[in-house]
Amino acid sequence: MKAQRGLGGAALRALAAVLAAAVCSVAWAQGTQATQAKSTADGIAEYRAMLADGNPAELFEAKGEALWKTARGPKHATLQACDLGKGPGVVKGAFVELPRYFADTGRVQDLESRLLSCMQTLQGFNAAEIAATPFGKGEQAGIDALTAWISSESRGMKMNLPQSDVHEKAAYEVGKRLFFFRGGPMDFSCATCHGADGKRVRLQDLPNLTKNPGDGIGFAAWPAYRVSNGQLWSMQHRLNDCYRQQRFPYPGYASDATIALSVYMGVNAHGAESIAPALKR
Amino acid sequence: MTDRREMLQRCASVATMLMAAGLLPATARAQAAAAFNSAAFEAKNMADVMKALGASAPAPSSDVSVHGPDIAENGAVVPLGAACTLPGVKRLLLLVEKNPNTLSAMFELSEAVEPNIATRVKMGQSSNVFAVAMLADGRVLFAQKEIKVTLGGCGG
Amino acid sequence: MPDPMRIRAQAAGDKTTVRVLMAHEMETGLRKDASGKLVPAWYIQHVSAKLNGKVVMSAQWGPSVAKNPFTQFVVHGAKPGDKVSITWIDNRNETRTDEATVS
Repeated sequence: MKAQRGLGGAALRALAAVLAAAVCSVAWAQGTQATQAKSTADGIAEYRAMLADGNPAELFEAKGEALWKTARGPKHATLQACDLGKGPGVVKGAFVELPRYFADTGRVQDLESRLLSCMQTLQGFNAAEIAATPFGKGEQAGIDALTAWISSESRGMKMNLPQSDVHEKAAYEVGKRLFFFRGGPMDFSCATCHGADGKRVRLQDLPNLTKNPGDGIGFAAWPAYRVSNGQLWSMQHRLNDCYRQQRFPYPGYASDATIALSVYMGVNAHGAESIAPALKR
Repeated sequence: MTDRREMLQRCASVATMLMAAGLLPATARAQAAAAFNSAAFEAKNMADVMKALGASAPAPSSDVSVHGPDIAENGAVVPLGAACTLPGVKRLLLLVEKNPNTLSAMFELSEAVEPNIATRVKMGQSSNVFAVAMLADGRVLFAQKEIKVTLGGCGG
Repeated sequence: MPDPMRIRAQAAGDKTTVRVLMAHEMETGLRKDASGKLVPAWYIQHVSAKLNGKVVMSAQWGPSVAKNPFTQFVVHGAKPGDKVSITWIDNRNETRTDEATVS
């Protein structure tokens, strides 16, 4: 993928639109009284608190747990022997230690990648086929539900990704470089939105992912149920959409690049309390 | 009364339709389908909703309260509740003024249930929302508030 | 077979708070899909709640109730061990009933 310098016509218009929107939102905030701008943030915080009880993600958790314990696939087996990093079948606490290195595959893997491995090895599914399936369809929907349940089994625990293995350390460094890599028609990188404190797009606060952004924020807030489309998004889905928003080509599902980015963000978020599966706009 | 005649007509047409579709509905389903008040749920304003329910025009009352956020980050899911502190509440309704159809939900309460219900609704745009309480003595009371609907940025 | 609901019923003295999360698309019939076609209306029209087999609350809903709706109400006279059951019926005549024990 070549980094592009200079802006073509379409990119210039897009950039102008983004700037116009930014200026408009700033003007709106300044045009009203300071107290009103503050109460908007309070209002939204109140709205989010009202939705905290009764997160529809629970519906996906129930599905995920059923999928873990149901014999499926050509080998008619459950996922209960799947090793998520803490030993076969150990689900509690596994989520906050992913991604990590797995000796049996020789790779650093995140949760979705590990589920693909287990679904292939234990149940006989074709991992490549599932990786190529669009989000929300077929077995992809099942993986989303599984991430909802598995992450719920670590809810309240602190992010604690291992960095003891040489592969894990390498993944962190690769992830960091990918995070700051500028490209695409708008010359964005992850850092454009998530590289500094206090950034915001309209009314969405953008967490600084180069460090620990706090409990239940950023890496510690996915998977999440998105009310805007009523879908449960895994971290893989979230990353895919970030690439789309940057107008980059789509990354491969559970590719090394996406896993490396998760390692970078997850290690930076060390100590942050996970609230997954969370509730998002 | 008009309600009953309408209901009987709808009963017959639904039953015919279901039989034509080859479905053998359970009694509960048939009764439910017959009783659904489409007219109320297709009304475009509070006055028409109340007319479709055969009720009088609602009067504002401080004994009724409507609960919801001042701002909803996304109109797809807006928590909305209705409560009434008076005894004898038979029904609680939730209305969204600017939605294509005003009536969102209508709850029928037995005496065992507190007149305090909350659910979540979709709002197409910033709008007034109403909680309407229909009491056993025929009184119809309401409260309102405004809920602003915004769309956030990139989906955080 | 529609997906199950999540029901929680917690007693505090005479008041039991019932919280229900239902799995349903709640399509208004006004939305267009990616190819521009209208997605047909598909929504819960009837809800009923029973305490130990007796209906304590029923509701009619329109399509503007949110997707995967969450509903909360308080019922009197329930004690731990009692059964709360919730039933919904949608405009396609599909139905789902789930039960929870008051804790």
